[in-house]
Amino acid sequence: MAGLVALSLILITAYFGERAGGPLHALQRGFLTVVAPIESGANTVLSPIRSAFRSIGHAFSSGDKVAKLEREVAKLRNELISYQEQEATYRELSGLERLDAKLSIANYRPVSASVIADSPTIWYETVVIDQGTSAGVQDNDPVIDGEGLVGKVALAFPDGALVMLLTDHEMAVSAKLAASGAHGILRPKVGTPNDLLLEFLPAETTVNAGEYVVTAGSLAEPGESLYPPGIPVGEVTSAAGSGEAVNVRPLANLRDLSRVQVLTAVNGSPPARLTNLVQRIAFARPQSTSLTSVIGEG
Amino acid sequence: MAFVRNSFRGNDGVRLAGRLLVLAVASVFLQTGFVSELPMFGVRINLAPLVVAFSGFLCGAVPGAVVGFGVGLLVDLTLGETLGLSSLILLFIGYGAGRLRELRDPEATLLPLAIGGAAAFTFLVGYAVVEFLLGVHAPVSGLELVRQIALGTILDAIAAAPTWAVLRAFLQPAVERSSRRRRAYTTGGLAPRLR
Repeated sequence: MAGLVALSLILITAYFGERAGGPLHALQRGFLTVVAPIESGANTVLSPIRSAFRSIGHAFSSGDKVAKLEREVAKLRNELISYQEQEATYRELSGLERLDAKLSIANYRPVSASVIADSPTIWYETVVIDQGTSAGVQDNDPVIDGEGLVGKVALAFPDGALVMLLTDHEMAVSAKLAASGAHGILRPKVGTPNDLLLEFLPAETTVNAGEYVVTAGSLAEPGESLYPPGIPVGEVTSAAGSGEAVNVRPLANLRDLSRVQVLTAVNGSPPARLTNLVQRIAFARPQSTSLTSVIGEG
Repeated sequence: MAFVRNSFRGNDGVRLAGRLLVLAVASVFLQTGFVSELPMFGVRINLAPLVVAFSGFLCGAVPGAVVGFGVGLLVDLTLGETLGLSSLILLFIGYGAGRLRELRDPEATLLPLAIGGAAAFTFLVGYAVVEFLLGVHAPVSGLELVRQIALGTILDAIAAAPTWAVLRAFLQPAVERSSRRRRAYTTGGLAPRLR
């Protein structure tokens, strides 16, 4: 008993103290490599039962969802009309900069994956997916679903990858308000595990509830994933009180993920080259680096 | 380690150890691949404390502690979480449940629900305490944490009834064979070869 307690304490201390490439992390990666195919198989076998359970759960909440979706459709219809006018201008400008060709999501070689394992605790917002390095997935690759940004790859191994969700305490995403373009850093909100907080907005920023938050295409801190610009992340729910931070609800249903896409910027592709360039500059400069400014300098 | 060897001595002991191993692996895969993907009221049922507590209750304190350590290690390895954390808490749960049986041997219809709830509560509180001690900034307020612990305990207590039924059906035959053999020795009975 005492031996097992001591062994647990040694493991915790060693794991917490070592770097991501340390021996215990390597052991974890190796173990995940072995069990990922088994988990994938088990996931396939259990998926009909899981779908049945989910259908029952969805049936209970569908009434509220329909009303909410109808309100959203009405709101989006109005927004669509105004955005269609702006679209022509945007296409013209982005075409000039060749940004659309270089940074469209298709250029990131999206790899579709299924969620095969999920953490039961609220302390780790992570899931395991069934695509890994053999499919081109690497550490730090952005992960999206049909709704928007989901998170990033924390640990990639041959037949799977561990994905850190947006609501994990270690996540920080450089994001901006879609309407005003004001930049900030998006982090999980302490107190409500399923909400985010967009911080460090310029003091004079005016924010309205319902406004969308998208990825900025810049780095919040060195070593972070360079998310492609314009990926929808969340919707502003209310101002957080200080005036320089707002509450954001993630668009992706992070508690009920089944299919995701990993944006794998393969070596040599324009997104990969831009990522490397920005990472180099981010290490040299203390402040965040805008992707568009880097392209301009290049 | 001598305690562990004594707990799994002989063919029946090995058979029991094999069943516990199968149970540990199956429960971890069922948890991560199925149960965790079905949140209820924003909380997920956690099978690990239930499986460990019931294993300890049925098989004894030392086997319970070993199963707790093993299941915890598997969970941490499978989900990429801090190695040793779940092991530390679950081995205490397994040992505690085993000691409860050894010292008090309680019998009541709702006992599995009480053990399941207590195991889940211990796991959730223990996990939170260790995470706070490690300085992990989890996105939870005190109130939210209390809600998660309360709901998690209730859900696990509900899930305890079917889990207990499955575990007892799976482990009881091996436990009875193993304990009959041990009792024969300790109470002055003849060794199997001499009977």
